[in-house]
Amino acid sequence: MTYRPVYAPATLSLHAGQSPDSDHGARAVPIHFTTSYVFADAEQAAARFNLERPGHVYSRISNPTCAVLEERIAALEGGIGAIATASGQAALHLAICTLTGAGGHIVASRALYGGSHNLLAYTLPRFGIETTFVDPRDLDAWRDAIRPNTTLLFGESLGNPGLDVLDIPTVAAIGHEHGLPLLVDATLVTPCLQQPIELGADLVVHSATKFLGGHGVAVGGLLVDGGRFDWQASGRFPTLTKPYEGFHGMVFAEESPIAAFLLRARREGLRDFGACLSPMNAFQILQGIETLPLRMRAHVDNAEALATHLAQHPMVARVGYPGLADHPDHEIAQRLLPKGAGAVFSFELKGSRAAGKAFINALRVFSHLANVGDAKSLVIHPASTTHFRMSASDLAAAGIGEGTIRLSVGLEDTGDLIEDLERGLRAAAKVEGR
Amino acid sequence: MSAHMQDAIYAYTGGRPAVAGQATLVFVHGAGHDHSVWNMPARHFAHQGFNVLAPDLPGHGRSAGEVLTSIEATADWLMSWIEGHTDGPIILVGHSMGSLVALRAAAEHPARVARLVLVGSVAPMPVAAPLLSATLDARDKAHAMINQWSYTPEHHLGASAQPGMVLTGVNRRLMERSAPGVLHTDMAACNAYTAGEADAARISAPTRLICGERDQMTPPKAARALQTALAKVPGGAHIIVLPNAGHAMMAEAPDAFLDALRGFVVTP
Repeated sequence: MTYRPVYAPATLSLHAGQSPDSDHGARAVPIHFTTSYVFADAEQAAARFNLERPGHVYSRISNPTCAVLEERIAALEGGIGAIATASGQAALHLAICTLTGAGGHIVASRALYGGSHNLLAYTLPRFGIETTFVDPRDLDAWRDAIRPNTTLLFGESLGNPGLDVLDIPTVAAIGHEHGLPLLVDATLVTPCLQQPIELGADLVVHSATKFLGGHGVAVGGLLVDGGRFDWQASGRFPTLTKPYEGFHGMVFAEESPIAAFLLRARREGLRDFGACLSPMNAFQILQGIETLPLRMRAHVDNAEALATHLAQHPMVARVGYPGLADHPDHEIAQRLLPKGAGAVFSFELKGSRAAGKAFINALRVFSHLANVGDAKSLVIHPASTTHFRMSASDLAAAGIGEGTIRLSVGLEDTGDLIEDLERGLRAAAKVEGR
Repeated sequence: MSAHMQDAIYAYTGGRPAVAGQATLVFVHGAGHDHSVWNMPARHFAHQGFNVLAPDLPGHGRSAGEVLTSIEATADWLMSWIEGHTDGPIILVGHSMGSLVALRAAAEHPARVARLVLVGSVAPMPVAAPLLSATLDARDKAHAMINQWSYTPEHHLGASAQPGMVLTGVNRRLMERSAPGVLHTDMAACNAYTAGEADAARISAPTRLICGERDQMTPPKAARALQTALAKVPGGAHIIVLPNAGHAMMAEAPDAFLDALRGFVVTP
């Protein structure tokens, strides 16, 4: 007998979750476009409905193509399983609603993607779920915000817009002291740059629309369970430790102390809320994941080159990239993101909104749009687009300047990207009369 | 009600309470495990007219108490604990270490054990020295070794038998959750149990062995020796080898496993 470690990420990216098709030998992942699945006999049908036998019943609950994606991301994250959802937002909603309901409370980082902030700050309160937002760097604030009805701590590996690096081991430990799980949105890092579960997080969500897909053609989300959190011991999770009349009176934590969360999320959340992923989208996201380790290395190489170049430029006041020594989280990034701090960052152009517009208009390679994580380089000027209604002082309060530019650095030639930025910076300088 | 808590011992009942007059199936888990390795077959039989008891052995899962240090002591404890739940004959199903417990219990209590199912079983069950040592002082390594040898290659890289789940990941977390020393005590008990063949020779209850074709922990070839030792079983102990399954066959081949069990329990 010989001891062999588990497979490396580059191998898992290509193989995890899929065996060659037993009927036809297809090497690629087949797209199972079917809503439902024929039962062999009445006994099998009853057994599948009652979780006595595994297998697919209806594609809102599970689908063979989506299962490959679920198992692949779970393997890459070091989790026990995953659920594919219609979008990253659907994955976040599924995580929250599996754990809590009216009367529940969440403690979340205030440095969140805008859509997640909206869900927590404005939409979920309508359903009786409140959120306290804290400065992710203020560890006492996380601890102080926890209430008797808190059910979840939530943050992003790299926060928005300042790329605050979440101290996952410490925040997770604070949660665990109080019997609370930590959910991490790892969209901007992917498992190639960071595995939050290995750092202590309990649950991970992704917008698979971004780097996991990488091609910008398919919207999707993923929710991964690390399987380490003890729901029974916590005492805060009746959805997992009390009988659920909506599914045969099942007590999920008795059925499986390890997989209770995923059991309920699939049997209740996907079944009733219905935000399942299309197998076509699952296939497209899988095509992206096959090359994820190669792409993330190239994304990071380009991002570091561009950040370094911009930091030395006379038209640039500041570059906010944790890979650079002057970022407030540089030290923690070295520890928690040793393979790179991602490929999305902002920089501060010297000058007015007009300079920002001129910069954007002069670019030829960067695409001007509101997305991140594409193989193609993307750029946006918040003061003239997503935040155009806000005054300079309101922008400042949100951590955004009139000259703030956000880049999502793609896979083009590094020299071509630098030349494109130089073109934009010359245009901005001209507007400013420099 | 889906579970019993009595004397600080937790037992999963398959989602149904016991019904008087029904036959009782008792599932015994393996080293470092708990009742959840049986959840699908336990649910199945609980919904097919059987009473089901899948206890977490003392010191395992949710059950309190000290981990018992020998197969013989665990078998004594099990039969004594069962007294509190049923006085009728039982069908005893054990996996790996649990199969040795079941084997011993059947030999010692012929009047109580009406049928016996040994899953992933060999006797003797020597534990490789590097693994036994790792369970003591390098648990992560021990868990990796157990996963490596308990699952077929497909389950390390290919499609899972349970959609959306990484079975080796579930097993790793289950083993991690056991208290320090539990896995080592269990493995040492397996290693030290040398009475297996003699106990097997005393058993006259109908017995079935279920093996994984690619099991590296308890290979089918070694299970054949145990089959031979069960010489008093009427008609001989039948052995079923599950194709392309390893030691974790309940998880890896859940349909084939349930069919093998049903073929013995429901239609003898």
